[in-house]
Amino acid sequence: MADDALFEFLHMEIVAHVYKEQATWEDIDKERVTCVSTLELMGFRVGQGLIERFTKDCPTFKDDLDIMKFLCKDLWSTIFKKQIDNLRTNHQGTYVLQDNTFALLTQFSSGKQYLEEAPKYLAFSCGLIRGALSNLGLESVVTAEVSLMPSCKFQVVIQKL
Amino acid sequence: AEICITSMDNYPLYIRSIPTQGELKFHYTVHTSLDVVEEKISGVGKALADQRELYLGLLYPTEDYKVYGYVTNSKVKFVIVVDSSNTSLRDNEIRSMFRKLHNSFTDVMCNPFYNPGDPIQSKAFDSIVSTMMVQAC
Repeated sequence: MADDALFEFLHMEIVAHVYKEQATWEDIDKERVTCVSTLELMGFRVGQGLIERFTKDCPTFKDDLDIMKFLCKDLWSTIFKKQIDNLRTNHQGTYVLQDNTFALLTQFSSGKQYLEEAPKYLAFSCGLIRGALSNLGLESVVTAEVSLMPSCKFQVVIQKL
Repeated sequence: AEICITSMDNYPLYIRSIPTQGELKFHYTVHTSLDVVEEKISGVGKALADQRELYLGLLYPTEDYKVYGYVTNSKVKFVIVVDSSNTSLRDNEIRSMFRKLHNSFTDVMCNPFYNPGDPIQSKAFDSIVSTMMVQAC
């Protein structure tokens, strides 16, 4: 049980650290964008490594939907101990993953409080998804949105070449 | 005998041959066998959902050597070339060699000092591959 808390604390500290580093910059808007990118890139590299380890024993994926389902079920339950609650797609490369109790947001609030701070804590997970997909051969753009804590939606748009 | 690991875009991440003379011939064999690997991967449009999809088996035998292939889910390809004269190597042994390779490769991937796409320079990985090749030859 205690090992969930380890990652949550580490993640909180990483976010705080990245923002503290950039706090000396004058331009507030630029600072936000760089921090989010740093966190996202961290998540990207972690996602790549994780996927290599988790798909070691899996048979090859048949198509994009298969990959997304693997992401929602296996990857999510290994990392956040639960599956994605809802996966929607328009079958043309856009997927929306909805998690009603996102593990990294449950400690914040269960309503609208602290809504503005939420995106910082989702950047790493966006990067994680993007890294995982990239190592499976799918280039994508991942964004997250929160309207009501602790539920959040990740939107994945696959870039077809 | 030779072991080669190529990335998603088919450039080599790691090549190792024993003995080191005639290395060029091995490089050439691996390069041509990549075509066969691609063919096998793209042919998997049918619904075969079993483990064996990762292991591609004997790619093609020539008069001098046999070439075996293996593909991970992240499209990293492993190719092993062995002498045909070495008939003691059975399919199972080749499979276990690939498994060991995949395990070591996963460890390299999770190393924070390794950037995916760079040539593999990890000493631990080198030593595992050396022991494996010595056993095989």
